[in-house]
Amino acid sequence: MQIIEILIVGTNKPIMETIARLIDKDGVWKATISLSFDDACEVCLRKDFKLALIGAGLTDEQESQLKAYFNKLKPSLPIVKHYGGGSGLLFAEIHQALS
Amino acid sequence: MAQTVLHKANTRGVANHGWLKSYQSFSFAGYYNPERINFGALRVLNDDIVTGGMGFGEHPHDNMEIISIPLEGELQHKDSMGNTATIKAGEIQVMSAGTGIYHSEYNSDPKNPAKFLQIWLFPNKRNVTPRYDQILLNDTDKRNKFIQVLSPNANDAGVWIYQDAWFNLASFDIATAKTYILNKKGNGVYVFVLKGQIEVDGQTLDTRDGFGIWDTDNFEIKAIADAEFLLMEVPMEF
Repeated sequence: MQIIEILIVGTNKPIMETIARLIDKDGVWKATISLSFDDACEVCLRKDFKLALIGAGLTDEQESQLKAYFNKLKPSLPIVKHYGGGSGLLFAEIHQALS
Repeated sequence: MAQTVLHKANTRGVANHGWLKSYQSFSFAGYYNPERINFGALRVLNDDIVTGGMGFGEHPHDNMEIISIPLEGELQHKDSMGNTATIKAGEIQVMSAGTGIYHSEYNSDPKNPAKFLQIWLFPNKRNVTPRYDQILLNDTDKRNKFIQVLSPNANDAGVWIYQDAWFNLASFDIATAKTYILNKKGNGVYVFVLKGQIEVDGQTLDTRDGFGIWDTDNFEIKAIADAEFLLMEVPMEF
């Protein structure tokens, strides 16, 4: 079974942990949390992510910079804005992005 | 020419958790239908029934406009902003989740179920400071007219949210017909029938049917039987 690595970026630690817990529960998906712009840039170099979810807390400028960085580093990486804080929308967002 | 989409009540997703029965017009949690993700900025329309004494434990939200409209019974709300409130039929509650909030909602009546609509809209602004509000709606006012219960404007009727959306509730007597005029170009309207039977753009709608209409400036709604319904005008592009 191939594990699908998913990067989740946002500054609200409890919400990020909730999102990670929900993603990891799937069994095939594995979440990595980044709580800052700098950490997200760094961790992206070390893992082969199949999806990046951008949650709450980054500034618009940071979101744009992060997208530009990811696009340059790995153009095929889907980058999705996550809404809702790990609740009922998460699975649809991931399914849509990976399909 | 107007474009439309019909979601019959019996085609909605259904989740039965024992304490919660949820009928979902759009993909939510375990219900995933790629054909039904959203209607413009309207992302969630859950028609929920919560067993007496039960409810949603503390859980987070961010970057979402969350509107609750109780239809029967009451829910006790508690959140990380320090708000504790009871919301009951005849009221409307709104939360802008913004940078993140935690909340819980319980049916405080141990015996009777609480029925309510849970509606989520994508915000037009991310990472706002979270906020909460609830107001009492004047039930007698909505007979044979559209009563605005939500808008983007803080000084307008109803609650307000971070989105160019307008919600109206209405209760039409049989044969009543009215034209709804959209507030903003580019918006569409999702009509949700609470009870009774209406006709919109030639389409007959029954209790709990949903009908989206866009690419139009106005449309007529006619009551085929006594009916109550909710109109959710939302941006189609956001």
